[in-house]
Amino acid sequence: MRSAREALTASRRAPLLSALGVVTIAFSLFAFGLFGLVAINIRRALEQVEERVEVRAFLSDSADIEQVAAAMKDVGDFPEVLRVDYVSQEKALERARKEMGEFADVFEAGVLPASIEVHLRPGMRSPAVVKSVADRIKTYHFVDDVRYGEEWVEKLYRLRNIATVAGIALGVAFAAVAVIIIGATIRMTVLARAKEISIMRLVGATDMFIRLPFLIDGLVKGVLGGLLALLFVWIANRIVNEYFIQTIFFDRQMIFVGVVGGAMMGVLGSLVSVGRHLQRV
Amino acid sequence: MIRLTEVAKEYPRSGVALAHISFQVKKGEFVFLTGPSGSGKTTILKLLYMDDKPSEGEVWINGVSSRNASGREISRLRRRIGIVFQDFRLLEDRTAEANVRFALEVTGAPKATIRSKVARVLTQVGLSSKATSFPRELSGGEQQRVAIARALVNDPFVLIADEPTGNLDERATRGVFQLLRDINASGTAVIMATHDLDLVRRSNYRTIELNHGRVVFDSAESPASARPFDEPLPAFDTPSGSTEAI
Ligand SMILES: Nc1ncnc2c1ncn2[C@@H]1O[C@H](COP(=O)(O)OP(=O)(O)OP(=O)(O)O)[C@@H](O)[C@H]1O
Ligand SMILES: [Mg+2]
Repeated sequence: MRSAREALTASRRAPLLSALGVVTIAFSLFAFGLFGLVAINIRRALEQVEERVEVRAFLSDSADIEQVAAAMKDVGDFPEVLRVDYVSQEKALERARKEMGEFADVFEAGVLPASIEVHLRPGMRSPAVVKSVADRIKTYHFVDDVRYGEEWVEKLYRLRNIATVAGIALGVAFAAVAVIIIGATIRMTVLARAKEISIMRLVGATDMFIRLPFLIDGLVKGVLGGLLALLFVWIANRIVNEYFIQTIFFDRQMIFVGVVGGAMMGVLGSLVSVGRHLQRV
Repeated sequence: MIRLTEVAKEYPRSGVALAHISFQVKKGEFVFLTGPSGSGKTTILKLLYMDDKPSEGEVWINGVSSRNASGREISRLRRRIGIVFQDFRLLEDRTAEANVRFALEVTGAPKATIRSKVARVLTQVGLSSKATSFPRELSGGEQQRVAIARALVNDPFVLIADEPTGNLDERATRGVFQLLRDINASGTAVIMATHDLDLVRRSNYRTIELNHGRVVFDSAESPASARPFDEPLPAFDTPSGSTEAI
């Protein structure tokens, strides 16, 4: 097709700038992709952790068994609470032995206190909710201490938020640079082809016909940038998998969205620039 | 076919370029636009092919009005107008043939007809033997013929020529002018801006003279004796017979 051919000749006129445009689009999407990957992996980790999120209330030795039973019923009626289990001293010891294996001998009966385990409903496991449930349980006088792994749940959440914000900020910054660079390439091409374009106008070529090659040029660059970014992210993911931790990669839909995002950046860069510069020819 | 009514054109910095311009051009007519430099000839031609819009008044051409023409309508209109300039405006990196073909290709003409159309107009302008020459390998007159061929290839109803002989020597001027007469003789209207009073005097075409953006003389409205030239020179031979306006 003519437009495709013209688009390629347009890129050929400014090969360095064109390559730079593709690479910046790739960087932009790489930034989005990398932090997106961190975010989805943290989310998956959180989901796994959340299934285990529980509030454990350690009971004082003097706790009255009937009071505890009544309290368990009350807590079980909290809207956030899925289930409440009682863990006796013996059971706690047994569990500890199982988990600690060879160090099991350090535990002796009576060392570990009895406790109640409170499991929360799905969707009710964010740090704030967990804390509020824990605070309410703390008010029972026979409860010595309440634990809920607050720190690392909060840390994971915070990490996810940082990854999201950093990814978006960096991605947007690179996207802006990409749009500007693509615009500059178009500008050069339009100026280099000013005479041709003015003749096209004179003989009655439509505006769309004149713009199309530039838009295709941007589209091709965007898709190339998208694929390049995909390659970068994939390599990064492989390295992390190989040397650090198991991670999951994007699914097909997300990959598609990424490449389409690149294409949009390319077309946007072209559109903005071609509109501005064609007027002056 | 072409009508200007009370057209005015004002440029932001240089002020009034045209004022109270009204005239019509009939089908197949040949019209000279004359007048001193800066009098508004080029501006009128630009308004005709809608490169610009009048500040006031209205330009009608082939059923399209300057008041409400869309971009698409303007593009379609230009396919029916041939435009020629003093500086030829050929693409240097293409042969004569490719320059002409360009006008068909970018307007989406059917591929099958392109080759024959290009060959036909190159023959019409007398350049079939130079089809594969690049502009730099052609004389000024030949380059202008290529430009005219390009203007003709879409079968225009009017040829707009802005000082087409301005860069040519005497001989080439006569050749190109004769070509325009022949084109006109075959039914295409020609509107030609020129400084060359010699050409104007030797032929008997309608002349519109501008000064400071106003029409100061229109031979279609004034008796022949009122022509602003002292003595008419002998007319050119017109081998193509009657080429007068309808
Ligand atoms: N694009 C423009 N911007 C501002 N002023 C313009 C523009 N084009 C023309 N003018 C002004 O309009 C007036 C008429 O210019 P125009 O080019 O129509 O004259 P002309 O008769 O074609 O002259 P010449 O014989 O030298 O070609 C001039 O005063 C010129 O300065
Ligand atoms: Mg002029």
